[in-house]
Amino acid sequence: MNLRLHIWRQAGPADQGMMKTYDLAGVNEHMSFLEMLDVLNEQLLNAGEEPVAFEHDCREGICGTCGMVINGRPHGPIARTTACQLHMRSFKDGDEIYIEPWRATAFPVVRDLVVDRSAFDRVIQKGGFISANTGTAPDGNAILVPKTDADHAMDAAACIGCGACVAACPNASAMLFVSAKMGHLSYLPQGQAERSTRAMNMVLQMDAEGFGGCSNHYECEAACPKGISVEFIARMNRDVAASALFGRD
Amino acid sequence: MELNSNIPSGPLEQKWDKHKADMKLVNPANKRKFKVIVVGTGLAGASAAATLAELGYNVTAVTYHDSPRRAHSIAAQGGINAAKNYQNDGDSVWRLFYDTVKGGDFRAREANVHRLAQVSVNIIDQCVAQGVPFAREYGGYLDNRSFGGAQVSRTFYARGQTGQQLLLGAYQALSRQIGLGKVTQLNRREMMDLIVIDGRARGIVTRDLLTGKIESVLGDAVLLCTGGYGNVFYLSTNAKNCNVTAAYRAYKRGAYFANPCYTQIHPTCIPVSGDYQSKLTLMSESLRNDGRIWVPKKHGDTRKPADIPENERDYYLERKYPSFGNLSPRDIASRAAKEACDDGRGVGPGGRGVYLDFADAINRLGKHTIEDRYGNLFEMYERITGDDPYSVPMRIYPAVHYTMGGLWVDYNLMSTVPGLFVLGEANFSDHGANRLGASALMQGLADGYFVIPYTLGGYFGQVGPSPLPSYDAPEVKAAEKMAADKVQSLLSIGGKRTPTSFHRELGTLMWDKCGMARNRKGLQEALQEIPAIREEFWKNLYVPGTGEQLNQSLELASRVADFLEFAEVLVGDALHREESCGGHFREEYQTEDGEAKRNDDQFTYVAAWQYNGDGAAPSLHKEALNFENVHLATRSYK
Repeated sequence: MNLRLHIWRQAGPADQGMMKTYDLAGVNEHMSFLEMLDVLNEQLLNAGEEPVAFEHDCREGICGTCGMVINGRPHGPIARTTACQLHMRSFKDGDEIYIEPWRATAFPVVRDLVVDRSAFDRVIQKGGFISANTGTAPDGNAILVPKTDADHAMDAAACIGCGACVAACPNASAMLFVSAKMGHLSYLPQGQAERSTRAMNMVLQMDAEGFGGCSNHYECEAACPKGISVEFIARMNRDVAASALFGRD
Repeated sequence: MELNSNIPSGPLEQKWDKHKADMKLVNPANKRKFKVIVVGTGLAGASAAATLAELGYNVTAVTYHDSPRRAHSIAAQGGINAAKNYQNDGDSVWRLFYDTVKGGDFRAREANVHRLAQVSVNIIDQCVAQGVPFAREYGGYLDNRSFGGAQVSRTFYARGQTGQQLLLGAYQALSRQIGLGKVTQLNRREMMDLIVIDGRARGIVTRDLLTGKIESVLGDAVLLCTGGYGNVFYLSTNAKNCNVTAAYRAYKRGAYFANPCYTQIHPTCIPVSGDYQSKLTLMSESLRNDGRIWVPKKHGDTRKPADIPENERDYYLERKYPSFGNLSPRDIASRAAKEACDDGRGVGPGGRGVYLDFADAINRLGKHTIEDRYGNLFEMYERITGDDPYSVPMRIYPAVHYTMGGLWVDYNLMSTVPGLFVLGEANFSDHGANRLGASALMQGLADGYFVIPYTLGGYFGQVGPSPLPSYDAPEVKAAEKMAADKVQSLLSIGGKRTPTSFHRELGTLMWDKCGMARNRKGLQEALQEIPAIREEFWKNLYVPGTGEQLNQSLELASRVADFLEFAEVLVGDALHREESCGGHFREEYQTEDGEAKRNDDQFTYVAAWQYNGDGAAPSLHKEALNFENVHLATRSYK
């Protein structure tokens, strides 16, 4: 198939950036979306031009490295699918495709489609963990976890930290990400000791990074490649309120 | 240099405890005086960095990713082994030890493997405490499943994303230490070289991938946790950024490279679909618990799988290996698939594929149970191929997956360069010539959580605190200049070909001549052809842009340059090892029914290669493998 691609090109953080148009011929329907970009980049290189910078690594939909807005939707048109797992059979000959980076104040553009998502790391550093030094653990089966709780925790823990939720949200809110990280730990007995302080500390850092608040658009859930539910946001809000009212410190 | 594995004396079961008791300690107040540099933040690196910081060491962790959580450990699907015997099915530390030694085709060090089996139980405990959401039974207890090469169920799992969950556990522990200021985390930095001063590893040269700045990090010890070199084959299940540079640069600074020819080909991957293919996707080995592998009995049978009656199907693993059947180890299952396809009975485009069929399991257990067990893997398969594996059998083919070879280390995980430790897939030590499924996660975390925290203290106790070398030391400046020169050379060739085109050319050659089956003639040809590709690379490479910006072509070119040198070491090792064992199959050395034929009299050793300068052949050092506790047997899964 033949495609017309409109791609965001920005040489660096200080550059203003603009959409540029490329025609690409001979795209195979079995290619992944990123392989299609590989083909474009090889063509650009062979023509002596700079290839389009985009991040990717595992190409199996689990590392969370890739991310781009495709025709207005983070990771493209197919639900629960990362850009690397999106295949060209989802497009047809003659399509025009618009490709842009995640756009959010807290995710500044580094180059072309590459953004800086280190804000997520800093949120985790403030409390997204269970303080369990190596060597302190009791036997694994000494801590019983009801299967339904383990399943809920796993549903939340499936988050790959790609940032699509932020890119999809009109407020550039990170609440789906933060609530998923929190929900993973708060459903487990091991996560109870720090539950209250964790909730407060993570949310304070989330705000400090410049992410917006949630106003119930649910675009995040629709864009999430792992289908994380907005119910975790409700749970997070309860935890934060409880922390403010009854927190120990 | 004589290789000393430093294996403690005494009975196998007591070696590790005795060694821990004998090792020197560093008192808590002194620990912060030691600076440890951890390169790579996958399971091995993140667990080591977090644990060492908890102990009080001053840690700097380095990754080329944008976040430590992206390391390729994240992609492991199936699970992690541990000798918990929660299933009451006869598992024990001894049995995990024995399965691993046998699975590795008797080419691993007994003492290391036994220690691995011992600490495996602690890993599960630690991960549970961190909040890793392992699968649970209804009573709240941990669930297990079985994996290839074992007849007990000892694999712990978290849906199809055990790697991600274990890595997040380690990453969260690391993040806690970063938040506490105990770890300095450097993201988007690539290690370009190792700095050796007065015979000790004292630091690394890094390149900031955003600004291009070449900068050194100095310390008292360097831990390489930089993964394997499977991408030397271009197409593999490894993430696109995985590379050999850190390990190869350490090799050039004096660390021996051990058994590079032991590469693992995983039997269940999605077949190649075209020449644009950028990587291959693994379908977890756990699928072989319920999937049955078959090809048509008839040559060139092009009927749809559903139209091929039961008696015209060859369930070749069940036929050839009745006691392990579809759960035969990876090397054996891969070769059997190749054999069936070479015989003209492969399925799908190009005939390079076999069926992995769930129809029987769905009939027996119901679609719901299969969905519960493998739902996300089935979804992934459908996304990539467009076929629904609930109704059509999966098509799979072997692909490069893991590298058992790596930098040589002693029992303390220290390389031949004092102060340079190597953990996880980057070292060679525990899997022999073939790794069993669900053992990579186990080894990475064993090294990071439970081995290095002890053995590094032993090293520091010996060498004592010393002032950091000066950043102006001639060794530092020379290594920095070398890194800067490499970048400059790559940018200034001004040729016509892209880094990817060279990588692909090398990978195709390696797969054809040094892949699933190898022979003398092919390996000798590869040794002729690799230098030719390398020469063309340095004459005709094109890298756009500058070195002072994010330049992904430059990053790739720098890694491909090292692959082009390292490939020769790998092929040389494959040529020298005149036997078949595990993942190394030499066509000249096979039994009448096509099984690998070891030569224990001549090759029961670790081959450790020493760098002798560019253009010179590396020299071979042998570490004899002494099997005092297991009997060297022909590995049989029949």
